[in-house]
Amino acid sequence: MAHNPLRQSPLAHLGLIARAGQGADDAGIILTEAPFTDHIGLRGDGADTAFAGAVEKVLGFALPISPNTVTGKAKKTALWLGPDEWLIVVPFGAADKLIAALGKALTDVHSAVFDVSDSRTVISLSGANARHVLAKGCGLDLHPRTFGPGSCAQSTLALAHILIHQTDTAYRLYIHRSFAEYLWAWLEDAGAEFGVSISTP
Amino acid sequence: MFLIPCPWCGERDEEEFSYGGEAHIERPKDPDALSDAEWADYLFMRKNPKGTHFERWNHAHGCRRWFNAKRDTVTHVIEAVYKMGEEKP
Ligand SMILES: [Zn+2]
Repeated sequence: MAHNPLRQSPLAHLGLIARAGQGADDAGIILTEAPFTDHIGLRGDGADTAFAGAVEKVLGFALPISPNTVTGKAKKTALWLGPDEWLIVVPFGAADKLIAALGKALTDVHSAVFDVSDSRTVISLSGANARHVLAKGCGLDLHPRTFGPGSCAQSTLALAHILIHQTDTAYRLYIHRSFAEYLWAWLEDAGAEFGVSISTP
Repeated sequence: MFLIPCPWCGERDEEEFSYGGEAHIERPKDPDALSDAEWADYLFMRKNPKGTHFERWNHAHGCRRWFNAKRDTVTHVIEAVYKMGEEKP
């Protein structure tokens, strides 16, 4: 018999939807799993105008060239991972079309485009004490003078490799799926002193 | 916390990096022409200075790039970092 082709979040067994809304109103941190976005890995020389120009034409905006920054809009963002490496995040189901378009535009350019949608899930962390919770397990300087909306960085959080993207409203924590349950449990534990509220995406 | 300045990401915690040993060791152009002792020297022998050392680091948990650093092995002060392919300061 065929397997169920539906995607399953690595946190599906935690019953997060059933627990949503049970936290205190004044909880210091709000945790939300934001599963099922499509992720595309992109490699190429950001300083090569043929590469950067072709990608910009397909995306509709320029790749971030400045280290640890993000460009794009809510439904299509590009995160800087390295001087020749980016992660492009789009809604569920949008990757195939974008990968085909990028592949076509980059035919004659030294580059690589690949689907990594299922490698990570995203945990959204917000609330008044969000930064204090991250500070317990992450060596990054997340003070607003160095890190704010539009910043991203790879580091470790509670010893797990993490990609952090700060938006206007939350820290989006990209975590490899085999570490997702561990990190969620750690976040609930680390946030307990501030009060934890779980919300639905 | 020991901070290491990545040439791309800036100062980051030592925990994000892995060490790559002595820098600027060039592979012999014609290995067949070397004696066993010369080949062993290339493969195994490394400097272990008290003071200035040129070494490779990898920003393993960050941008994953290799780079070079000039570090004082006594004080741990990192006097310079520079990208692969750039001149030694
Ligand atoms: Zn780096």
